[in-house]
Amino acid sequence: MTSDRVVHDAAASSAAMTGDQALLDVRDLQTRYPVRRSISDRLARRPRQWVRAVDGVSFSLRRGEMVALVGESGCGKTSTAQTILRMTEAAGGSITVDGQDITSVSQRKLRPLRRGIQMVYQDPYESLDPRFRVRQTVAEPLLVHGIGGSSSERAALVTEALERAGLSPASLYLDRYPHELSGGQRQRVAIAAALALDPMLLLADEPVSMLDVSVRAGVLALLDGLRRDGRLGVLMITHDLSTAARFADRIAVMYLGRIVEYGPAREVVADPRHPYTKALLSVVPNRDPRVRGTAQILSGETPNPVAIPSGCRFRPRCPIAEDRCAQTDPQLALSGNHPQHQAACLLASLAGGGAAAVWSANQASRGAAARRRGIPAPRHAPRRPRARGTRSASGA
Amino acid sequence: MSAIATEAGLAGTVAPGRAGLIRQAIAERKAAALGLGLIVFFVVLAVAAPLIAPYSTTARSCAVFAPPSGAHWLGCDDGGIDVLSEIISGGRISLVIGFAATLIAMLIGGGVGIASGYFGRWLDITLMRITDYLLVIPDLAFAMVIADVWGPSLSHVIGVIAILEWATTARIIRAQVMSVKERVYIKRARSIGASHARIIGRHILPQVGPLLMANTVLTVAVAIYLETALAFLGLEDPTTTTWGTILEHAFDRSAVSAGAWWAIVPDGIVITLLIMGCFLLGQAIEDALNPRLRVAHLSSRRWALRPLAGRGPDAI
Amino acid sequence: MSGAGAAVLEVRDLNVWFTLPGGGELHAVQGVSFDLGAGERFGLVGESGCGKTTSILAMMGLLPPTASVAGEVRLAGQDILAGGEDSVRPHRWTDMAMVFQGAMNALNPVRPVAAQIAEPILLHGGGSAAAARQRAGELLELVGIPAASGARYPHEFSGGMRQRAAIAMALACEPKVLLADEPTTALDVMVQAQIMDLLVRLCDELGLALVLVTHDLPVVAQVCQRAAVMYAGEIVETGSTDALYHQTRHPYTRMLFAATPDLYSDSEVRSIPGAPPRLDRPVPGCPFQPRCDSALDRCADERPLLRDVRAGSGPEAPAETGFADAAHLAACHLNDAVVTQ
Repeated sequence: MTSDRVVHDAAASSAAMTGDQALLDVRDLQTRYPVRRSISDRLARRPRQWVRAVDGVSFSLRRGEMVALVGESGCGKTSTAQTILRMTEAAGGSITVDGQDITSVSQRKLRPLRRGIQMVYQDPYESLDPRFRVRQTVAEPLLVHGIGGSSSERAALVTEALERAGLSPASLYLDRYPHELSGGQRQRVAIAAALALDPMLLLADEPVSMLDVSVRAGVLALLDGLRRDGRLGVLMITHDLSTAARFADRIAVMYLGRIVEYGPAREVVADPRHPYTKALLSVVPNRDPRVRGTAQILSGETPNPVAIPSGCRFRPRCPIAEDRCAQTDPQLALSGNHPQHQAACLLASLAGGGAAAVWSANQASRGAAARRRGIPAPRHAPRRPRARGTRSASGA
Repeated sequence: MSAIATEAGLAGTVAPGRAGLIRQAIAERKAAALGLGLIVFFVVLAVAAPLIAPYSTTARSCAVFAPPSGAHWLGCDDGGIDVLSEIISGGRISLVIGFAATLIAMLIGGGVGIASGYFGRWLDITLMRITDYLLVIPDLAFAMVIADVWGPSLSHVIGVIAILEWATTARIIRAQVMSVKERVYIKRARSIGASHARIIGRHILPQVGPLLMANTVLTVAVAIYLETALAFLGLEDPTTTTWGTILEHAFDRSAVSAGAWWAIVPDGIVITLLIMGCFLLGQAIEDALNPRLRVAHLSSRRWALRPLAGRGPDAI
Repeated sequence: MSGAGAAVLEVRDLNVWFTLPGGGELHAVQGVSFDLGAGERFGLVGESGCGKTTSILAMMGLLPPTASVAGEVRLAGQDILAGGEDSVRPHRWTDMAMVFQGAMNALNPVRPVAAQIAEPILLHGGGSAAAARQRAGELLELVGIPAASGARYPHEFSGGMRQRAAIAMALACEPKVLLADEPTTALDVMVQAQIMDLLVRLCDELGLALVLVTHDLPVVAQVCQRAAVMYAGEIVETGSTDALYHQTRHPYTRMLFAATPDLYSDSEVRSIPGAPPRLDRPVPGCPFQPRCDSALDRCADERPLLRDVRAGSGPEAPAETGFADAAHLAACHLNDAVVTQ
């Protein structure tokens, strides 16, 4: 299929451009979950439906790099990570880690490979066994993989991992239980447990969203430092564009199981090409109350991934969609001024001014259409901080 | 309450672990301590029976249905055997049956519950249908049939009670395992590459252990009750002395019509005491494990108003 | 900046203690005071455990029996806290309502949404059932949900719609003050923007006064006119959001801003070392002193008071008159040095 080829070429070209071999290379990855059928569905012999959680995702990651998968809940970012970890089986595509295709390796052969891929979970209150001391939690991966033969060797590895995770001196923490630690310390213990196996790939699923603002920066700086040492690469999953922009090298914006924009973090933030990215960026609040941005608040929420719209999947909520967007499913293609900046939007290839013009023109006509349908038009209160932008009334 | 306490800056204080909760439950509840005391008392009594029992349980030591006296505190039964000695010694076998049956029931119930809850799918369906079957059968009727078919013997009684009692435990443990299984730290262990045996042994078992313990204590009570019932119905080896057979003998030899209450009442009291002890302790452990039972959400008590007497210098 | 005329809500020297199970007491809220005008949006910002949620629960009289409360909560000049639970109850929901954290998950799953909104209206004497239903429909429209959707059940609503329904419920008895506890945590950024937009619109249209409790400084900066930063149970700095950002007078506020990654600036993101003090024992000096990057010697044993820190005001000017429109107060000894220089 031609569309597949485009996807592959895009990923391949970015891998080629980044030079040496990618540590993680994901190509056209697909993950599906069956929808539970009710008894009446079974009686009526309705076909089983599938949630297309990940629907053709391609990206690559090198050692020393941090890539951020950004998107709202239900966009498939966590499913992508689960599939890379092989906690969920891929329905299509391939996952290559350090040159080895792990997509369909048997669970038995997978075990040694798991050493190289470690995950840090969102909630450090949940991801640590409450009855394990720090020492046991960090040593567990070593025991599972039979590393560090003698207990003294293992203790040394545990200490090293804790200190690498910023818990120094380790002796202060070794014998504590999770409930005796603060949120930031717990997350560092979880990171230390991941580091104990000296992995080459760290998947961090919203690593700071459950932590207090005051300690978030420290945990993020830790992840940043780890990948800058060059021993590992970090795939960070987040909904927070500010964090992604600050710490990641590249950002992949996901929507309904697909990457809709992909490129160097600074480029994506400074010159977003996809209307969804533009909208996401516009609603990030500024901490300076004097700077009141024009928030592009999209109405509604991410639709159900069981029934993905035809053509461009963002079309129903898109403020600039045209008729042709319903026909063609746009693939990632070069966009903007940076050679690695890609967007999956038919209208994104237009030059900056052109796209902006299309944007505002469509906005005007949509507002009119909304009024005709009796939907209250967005009001423009002068002192209202965030909602000065037009709110699009999506096609219901 | 705990959420508010955390919000209010109590994050650094120590929350007791589950084993700690049991200790705390016993320390905080007089009922639990009483229960534990009763159980310990009867266990000590049973272990030390040969040393304590004043008379033999096989040889005559006084007249038939002799009433309580200085020499025989609880009188004698139809065979002229000292009732106190009988109760002390009978406790041995009653407790052995109670504990052995419970141990087997817990092993089966715990194993089935964990396997069912952890692995799920067809295994869960199969095991739970068997469990359901055992749960709906009336205990005593089933026990009578089995005991009768197998014939009266100590091991048969243990077996029957164990078969009857594991199903409830399996259900409870399965539910707990299913919720623990979804915890993130279990998923994390899986993603590390830990084997099922390791996950069950190191993460799940310690988590369901206290619940299993609470259940064990409660099951001991039921087992002893069942033992008594089976013996009373004559489905136990009549040559052994247990609390159940003491009752059965007394009734058999018309102790009631003879007015020999001492052959029946003290025995009934010890059975009741032990069962009560088990329930008190088991209930206390369960309460401690389930904090939701402890918080009185609909309590009529309210927050208090406090006069701001010592207004600090920072008061405005 | 704030609503002209008399304040709708005045909180004075609010204190909350919790009796701990093992004995002892935890001083969770320590002398919190602020004012709120009609239509004004006020942010209460701080880390978890700083007492921000406890403060508004105390204002609503919704604390557990282990709590004791002191201070005044004046609604239109009347202290509703004076008679304890009995004097708070008549005002709860009718004059002052609250949107709880995770309120969207607290809807009854087996009752249609509109019926759940109509319930408090009926309970507070809102007339006939038909009128209550009618009102529920209006409320849903007000928060941006078609009235017809009210017949649907909570599980048929998305998270954002459930949160809107929870807000509609809080507005059922036409309160003048709305307390919102982290109304957008667990919601997506786009939905968060929608909900904040809604809250702003409600304040503007209904003259509703809003207390927004959150840990998110940028949200407060964009939504609220004034805010208070809480630390270890007390307000350490309060003023217009503009002043808090542009003339920061407390190191904690400054460090909190520095710890928040910002899309729009390249400044380094730095976390604040250490942890807040435990509140079950008195803190002698400034509670932030152990974590402060610019602490003086006296900070360890001399507790700083909230003082007016507007330019020109002397160091001795007490906060007595405070909380006027542009008041900017901070509890930090560094300000004394700055002003005396």
